[in-house]
Amino acid sequence: MSIAATTAREVTAQLATGKSKDRTVGSLVFLCALWFSLFFGVMVLVALIASTAIKGAPRFDAELLTNYTSIVRPETAGFRAGILGSLWLMLFTAIMAVPLGIAAAVYLEEFADPNKPWNRLIEVNLQNLAAVPSIVYGLLAVAVMALLGFDDAGIVLGGALALALLILPVIIITTREAVRAVPREIRDGSLALGATVWQTTWRQTLPSAVPGIATGTILGLSRAIGEAAPLVVVGLAGSVLFDPEGMMSKVTALPMQIYSLTSQSREELREAASAAIIVLLVMILGLNALAIYIRNKFQRSW
Amino acid sequence: MKRTSFRRAVVPGVAALALSLAACGGGDAGASDSEGGETAVSGSVAVDGSSTVYPMSVAAQELLNEQNPEVQVTVGEAGTGGGFEVFCTGETDISDASRPIEEDEAAVCEENGVEYTELQVATDALTVVVHPDLAVDCLTVDELIALWGPKSKATNWQDINPEFPDQEIKLFGPGTDSGTYDYMAADVIGDESETTRKDYEASEDDNVLVEGVAGTEGATGYFGYTYYEQNSDKLKAVAIDSGNGCVEPSAETAQSGEYTPLARPLFIYVSNKSYTDNPAVKEYVDFYIENLAEIAEVGQFIPLSDELYAETQAALEGLQG
Repeated sequence: MSIAATTAREVTAQLATGKSKDRTVGSLVFLCALWFSLFFGVMVLVALIASTAIKGAPRFDAELLTNYTSIVRPETAGFRAGILGSLWLMLFTAIMAVPLGIAAAVYLEEFADPNKPWNRLIEVNLQNLAAVPSIVYGLLAVAVMALLGFDDAGIVLGGALALALLILPVIIITTREAVRAVPREIRDGSLALGATVWQTTWRQTLPSAVPGIATGTILGLSRAIGEAAPLVVVGLAGSVLFDPEGMMSKVTALPMQIYSLTSQSREELREAASAAIIVLLVMILGLNALAIYIRNKFQRSW
Repeated sequence: MKRTSFRRAVVPGVAALALSLAACGGGDAGASDSEGGETAVSGSVAVDGSSTVYPMSVAAQELLNEQNPEVQVTVGEAGTGGGFEVFCTGETDISDASRPIEEDEAAVCEENGVEYTELQVATDALTVVVHPDLAVDCLTVDELIALWGPKSKATNWQDINPEFPDQEIKLFGPGTDSGTYDYMAADVIGDESETTRKDYEASEDDNVLVEGVAGTEGATGYFGYTYYEQNSDKLKAVAIDSGNGCVEPSAETAQSGEYTPLARPLFIYVSNKSYTDNPAVKEYVDFYIENLAEIAEVGQFIPLSDELYAETQAALEGLQG
């Protein structure tokens, strides 16, 4: 922990317990402001999750996971198609985005000459792309699918394409940082022993950067799994009553089903949607936990 | 690309199978279709369009899949306009609509060679509701226009009619993307601009409107009759006088045409080509129309009267041609 952080913590503790010597009005106001900010941020989140969980509580059952959505029998509506659809989408998103993202990052970090104007242009664009609203990637995916000759983009491939485009900049940026953090000595040592640049990158730099790359990728995927807007644009249907069977299969996603059901008039369907929100949160938390686990397991210190 | 070739290989095979079965069944078309379907028909059907008709098309999808899970139907809710956009470029097989197709939309269909058949599937009624304590029970169409018209500046109920209570008006209504809004603006108010006034609380979510009107004194709003039916304990529906006295909204008055101009037909538009070429589309549409009363009930709409149902069946028979 940095010196500043340690000092700040001590001062805060002293202010709170009344032991500090500089117990002025200003410092007390500042302390209260900090607590308020913390309280506000955490409370809003807790209140949101709690109210959703309470609303969805009657529907935490196996049917929520195994049944298809239902308007005929809203009390047994489930999200099987959405959950499976989201998993398929994530799989193909990862297949498309991860190799491309890592390759682009390695090129930019290890091979590209940062002084060349076009490389700097690419860099600036990458930063900007990471901030583009997700719905724009949906439009882009529709255009790409049309160019590739698909009449209908509402399939696994179309949805995954939109999500892959969405998280590509995030993956590139985090991978570059992970590659940059690998100490120069490791590359120098490898080169000095006679390895080629390719061998050095493939066998030394990349393996050392795996924890950073994996964390960035999983965080990117956990952003993608919660997206509905680009999928709506791509034309995924809200109501699908069959399991996805492959890349060309029609599909729906969990956030899309939640969106569709929250605007239905029946209380049972909105309850089911609340329960599905908790399912989605659990999926995202699971992905994030996986990211933390991978980071801790493979982290090396030099 | 893979998909296209797969379709090319499979569809004629399935079509031939279906045809041979239909030939075996022969005779009474309506009955034999559903029986043949249980064993033979598979394929995919793409439905998109009005979010008002959505529950009906989903109900049809569900009930059909209980008998025949091989027909893979996807139902979207892009809105009536959004639905026609993809329907007229041939991307979907069926378009749900809460109003008849418009001329410019039909022109796009024609340009792309998409021929279609319009089938009425239910009747929906717009219901004007007010806060339960408000002493307003009946509005004439002119008063409705004074309340919602694009040029309306009314802020107090007495601006509409001096007999109404002295209370501030709070307006709630659907957003401009919804078919309900289109219906109110273009068909009920009928102003050239096809808009309503803009200074109201807008939401695409009818539940927000229900809560808004129920919780605000002097509030009024409008949405589908089914939403009113489910929330009739919280809200008061206003009768509408279109020149022949006040008419309460109800299933009977909507169907008979008395509750005019606030009752509207709901349609599905079926692509003729999809219907004849894709046995799954035929299976879905035939099932939809055959079980229309049950589906309308599940979708919480007012089922067609016998007369209107006969018209829809006749249109479907024309398609089977």
